[in-house]
Amino acid sequence: MEPGLFFFWLFSAVVVVGAVGVVVMRQPIHSALFLLLSFLGVACLYVQARAELVAAVQVLVYAGGVMVLFLYTIMLVNVKRQRTERYLHRQAVPALGFGFLFLLVVGGVVVNEARALAGKAPAADPAALATTVIGSETVLGNTQAVGWVLYRDYLLPFEIASLFLLVAMIGAVVLGKRTMERFD
Amino acid sequence: MSESLVHNVLVPFVKGLLTVILVATAAGILTWIERRGLGRLQIRKGPNRVGPAGFFQWIADVVKLVFKEDVVPSRAEKVIHLLGPLLLFMPAVVVLGLVPWGPELTLFGVTTPLHAAADVNVALLLILAVSSIGVYGIILAGWSSNSKYPLLGGLRSAAQLISYEVPMGFAVVAAVLMAGSLSMVEIIEAQKEAGVWFVFPGLVAFFLYFVSGVAETNRTPFDLPEAESELVGGFHTEYSGFRWAIFFMSEYGNMISIGAVATTLFFGGWLRPFPNVAWLSFLDVVPAFFWFAGKVFLFLLVYIWFRATFPRYRFDQLMALGWKALIPISLGNLFLVALAALWGAAGLKVLGAVLVLLVAAGLVAAWRRPARASVTTRMAAEKVEVRA
Repeated sequence: MEPGLFFFWLFSAVVVVGAVGVVVMRQPIHSALFLLLSFLGVACLYVQARAELVAAVQVLVYAGGVMVLFLYTIMLVNVKRQRTERYLHRQAVPALGFGFLFLLVVGGVVVNEARALAGKAPAADPAALATTVIGSETVLGNTQAVGWVLYRDYLLPFEIASLFLLVAMIGAVVLGKRTMERFD
Repeated sequence: MSESLVHNVLVPFVKGLLTVILVATAAGILTWIERRGLGRLQIRKGPNRVGPAGFFQWIADVVKLVFKEDVVPSRAEKVIHLLGPLLLFMPAVVVLGLVPWGPELTLFGVTTPLHAAADVNVALLLILAVSSIGVYGIILAGWSSNSKYPLLGGLRSAAQLISYEVPMGFAVVAAVLMAGSLSMVEIIEAQKEAGVWFVFPGLVAFFLYFVSGVAETNRTPFDLPEAESELVGGFHTEYSGFRWAIFFMSEYGNMISIGAVATTLFFGGWLRPFPNVAWLSFLDVVPAFFWFAGKVFLFLLVYIWFRATFPRYRFDQLMALGWKALIPISLGNLFLVALAALWGAAGLKVLGAVLVLLVAAGLVAAWRRPARASVTTRMAAEKVEVRA
């Protein structure tokens, strides 16, 4: 097997094992750690697709920021370890049914696409994605590529999105303050 | 052995191994320097029995730590307890692998750039990303010990590290703006081209980076996660023997990597001072690696000096400093640096000169203000008698 393919399967296995672990583990902290594993696996897959910027941001934001906050909350809430809780509740049967349906739909789409694409050349060359043409010169590296797309081609949507995030943040602070005042 | 095998497997392996050995050894020697240095600063001797000037003390300590019993609390989470120290140690080594230690080097007929990992074009982002993983080591160590003090230490440190990553990120962005690249090698090259180390235009950014770096490595005055007087040993209270030694090594490893990144971003990495001044070329006698190592070493000395100088912050003061002082300053600084960088190399030089002049003026003003008389002189003036 060629090394690229080997590592693709390896990282994919890491992602899948991580994802399954999140659901299967009983301790919330263990679930969170498996989610972290899954995030790191996805980052590795990004590197393999030559999207180094996305990989670094994936680790920085999801693994280094979001998951730490998750863990923080779990540790505060779940200081007493609950081991007696039942694993499957009454929803077990419907959950399994809907899960199977979902698998059928997604799996069907994936298999169909794979059949249609078999034997064809890939739609885009990953190396070409990492180059940008700025004026007359070609710049290598996907930081520049992402930068130019975000801040030139899609500047307005980008700014609107950032405004939304700001609103959400202020909203969260206001809500948090209100509950804090009630307890004071 | 084929050429590609040497280049793709053997050389990276040797470099990685060397990095780990370097961090471990440097951490050991640093403990000796720190203990002797602190002794000097506190007018006592420090360890001076084992070897010349007590130099072999660190080897004795390592031997002791390796042979000590490794106690795991009976109700601890075994696997996670094991994972904690490793998760803290790995980022320190990886970050050091991403920093260039020098230009190309030819050894045994193999020419290779002098950094352990490849020169990725997003190296700086990768450094931030990898070092943000280190906080897991502390949180998990604190949680898995199944004990109250470590848990509190872990929670404190999580809050601290997340808070100080923000000003650190902004400080790094200022350096990126000046260099116009995220690659460590290109940032060094940019400082050569601009003819000025980025500390001068990036004086504020460097200050922010270093202060956040001290906070990120849990060193005094920001060593709240392991505040002895409040939390016993903090997150590593329940660790002993070799695992405790790994925590200790990672603290020093993180100090080294913060120093290495600061050297690269703001002090011209492996370049000699004034790389563009021709008549100073005799300085090239010293190989590039030693310039780099020397600059990093100065940073480490400053860390030790800090420890002897500053008292510890209170936790709310720490948070207030991070969110209410450092982050607003870093945003304002970013704006200033962006303007200067837009103007080009001349703009960077002007900004640097202005900042240096401001600091110099501040120092002169502080120097000329009459100092407060010491307690003993005041007591003598007020004729306070000390009863025996």
